[in-house]
This record gives sequence, C-alpha cells and structure tokens, in this order.
Amino acid sequence: MIAQNFDYLTPVSLAEAFDLLNDPGAKVMAGGMSLIPMMKLRLAAPERVVDLRHVPGLNKIQQDGAMLRIGAMTTHHELESTPLVRAACPLLAQAAAAIGDVQVRNVGTIGGSIAHADPSADYPAALQALEAEIRIAHRGGERTVLAKDFFQDTFTTALEPNELIVEISVPLEAKCTGASYQKMLQPASGFAIVGIAARVSMDGGKVSMVRVGVTGLGGSSYRAANVEALLVGSEGSAADIGKAAAVVAEGIDANSDIHASAEYRAHLARVYTARALSAAIARAEAQ
Amino acid sequence: MKKSITVTINGTKHTHDVEPRLLLIHYLREVVGLTGPHIGCETSICGACTVSVDGKAIKSCAMFAVQADGREILTIEGLSADGKLHPVQQAFWEEHGLQCGYCTPGMIMASKQLIERNPSPTESEIRHGLEGNLCRCTGYQHIVAAVKAAAAKMGA
Repeated sequence: MIAQNFDYLTPVSLAEAFDLLNDPGAKVMAGGMSLIPMMKLRLAAPERVVDLRHVPGLNKIQQDGAMLRIGAMTTHHELESTPLVRAACPLLAQAAAAIGDVQVRNVGTIGGSIAHADPSADYPAALQALEAEIRIAHRGGERTVLAKDFFQDTFTTALEPNELIVEISVPLEAKCTGASYQKMLQPASGFAIVGIAARVSMDGGKVSMVRVGVTGLGGSSYRAANVEALLVGSEGSAADIGKAAAVVAEGIDANSDIHASAEYRAHLARVYTARALSAAIARAEAQ
Repeated sequence: MKKSITVTINGTKHTHDVEPRLLLIHYLREVVGLTGPHIGCETSICGACTVSVDGKAIKSCAMFAVQADGREILTIEGLSADGKLHPVQQAFWEEHGLQCGYCTPGMIMASKQLIERNPSPTESEIRHGLEGNLCRCTGYQHIVAAVKAAAAKMGA
C-alpha cells in the first residue's frame, strides 16, 4: 500500500474527463507505468487519479493518406507488434520495442509516456526524427503541436493541465527511406543513457533526406539539424557519417548523473549517432 | 474513499471494497489469499509479482487493484488443471529451472505469455522475452532450457 490515499475516477468520455481535470488536485493516468512508480516514491501525490482506460476511441491505429494516426492509449506492445506499424513506420515500432520490458510494454502507452516526458525516454528521439504531430484536445476544441515544440524540458511539455493528448501522427515511410533507433541503455532500468533515432532517404547514391532525433543527452529530446545539414547531399560514406555525427552534442547542456558524466554522454551521443546513421543508410540502400 | 471491485481470478469472481491505493499484488496476497505471486522489489523491476490480466503478463506491483475491476486475472495458482501441472510448470520442474524458487511464479507467467506469442522461440528470443524477470540463483541457463522444453511440448 502506498502512503498517500486518493480518489480513483474512471470517466467514460472525453467530456467527462475534462470535467474531472478542472480540479487542480487531479492527475491523468494512462497505463500508469510512470505515474504509479512516481506515487510509490512520493514524487507524485495526486488527490484524484483520472484513469482514461474507459474513454473510448483512444487506442486505435489507422492509416490516413500518407500518415499513420495512433491513439494516445495505444500500448508500446501494440506499436511494436502491429504489422501496419512495423511496415509503415518501423522506427516507431523499434523505439516501442526498446522500452522497459515486456510486462511494462503490455500496459504503458505512447500518450502517457510522452506526456510524462522523461528526458531518457525512447519515444521522443523517434518522434523528433519523424517530425510527429501531437493532437491535443481540451474542452471545446483541439490543437496540433509538432514534436519539436511539444517536448520543452525535463518532464515539461506543451500540455496544459486541462488538456489531453488524443493522437500522435507520424508519416508513412517512403520506399527509399531507412531508419534505425540505437540506444545505450541503463541496464537496471532500461532507460536510455543516450538514444538516437535516424531516418535517411537515398536517391542516386546520395543522401536526399536525413532526420536525427536525440534523447537522454540534454534536458529535453531534440532534432539535431546540424548533423542533418552536414550529411544531406553527401554519399553517406563512413567518413561523411563520422563528420556529421561529431557535431550532435554541440551547444547542448548535457545531463550528468551517477550513470554517465556530461562528457561521457556527449561521447556516447556521437558514437550512437554514427551507428544509427550507418544502420539507417544500410537499410535505405537495401530497399 | 473505498471502491467496490469485481475481479475474476483463476475463474472465480471476487467482489471486495478496496482503497484505491491498494496495489494489485497486495490485494491478491492479503485480501484474496493468493500468495503465489511474490513481492520481490516492489518497484516494477524484478517481475516476481507477474500475473496475467486479460491475457497479458503484467507486474501486479505496478497496478492498483481498482484498475483490475471487471477484468480477468490468472495467477500461478490457476495454471494447473485436474491435478496436472501446466506444460510450462512441468518443464520448469523437469529442467530444474529454479533454485530458491522465489522468482519462479513470475518466470512461469512471463514464459507462458512468451510461448503464446511466439510458439517456437530461439534462445535469444527467450532471453530477450524474459528481460522483465530477474533470477539471482540460476544464472538463467536452466530457465532458458525449461522455456525451450515447454515450447516444444506445447507445440507437440
């Protein structure tokens, strides 16, 4: 039994959930894989927990034109195992499969994970590289926020207290695109000390598009536009990759903790950026 | 405020009033009296408390009992039928997939799901598939052998 008691509420519609969220003591729970450990550690002590599991329509995966629309309550296991996601957006399936362990992936959700915005979480790297759109609803309306604007700082996002994430949209990968997520994990927790998501398109032997998303290095995930600018237009050789990966940590205030110093994290970011880019290019060329 | 929950556990319906802060593992062990699922770390790392909720392996220390309302739970106690061990239990017995036995209920529940999702797993798939369960005795070798044997038996 955890120390702090709370009321447990299960709204059956988004409208009812918004009503309950008007209370400043209320906290949303999706899968609970971040919130429950936080409550056990007394880092969170909500007076009311609003469990979204009975709100309909939040866990579907749909193809819509050139986009894949993913409901916020979709679990990591559903993302890693659904054939449509594996085929149309392998980077997202790969990032989902890299989270925690199978029991956690059976319960944890993409919406809950990104709302929590742990600086070492896996999804943000992939969502930055995919330039994902996050659809956020509030009473009487909704808005769409790009991943680069959504993730603001450690445990800090663009979400307002009375808003809920309803959907995450990512592009279907083009035929000539390869992607890879590479992480150095903390062995006990499985969290990324550094995680790099790379997407590369090849056209006529040259890199025609490249996106790099970084998690674990700084307070928030980010897209490494400086790496992308150095690599695009090149042949994507090992030397090109090395030159581009070398700048991934430039200008970033790197995290430092008992697992890795800032200097070591920056080193890991360069190494894993090169690995992710190499793997993505190899996959793009194999298409 | 207490909430009334109705949960089907190993095929039997149970209704209790519980505080929302009661974790599912404490509900199973202390309210229902099923002490098969163990409490190891209580921090959702070790997997000793693994049970199946609506057919999915979960860590019952990372779920509140109120979240299980209306759902079906299977614990290690519900695996054997008609006095016969489940093939995964039988394989852990035959292959000596345990020493102290503390992690075993969780290992078996996780292994059962692993084989259901992947009926003929490779050694690497077994090791990866049991990443959420820690054993401090066996070095995992005999556990992996037990899962292999169980998969062969269940496929036969």
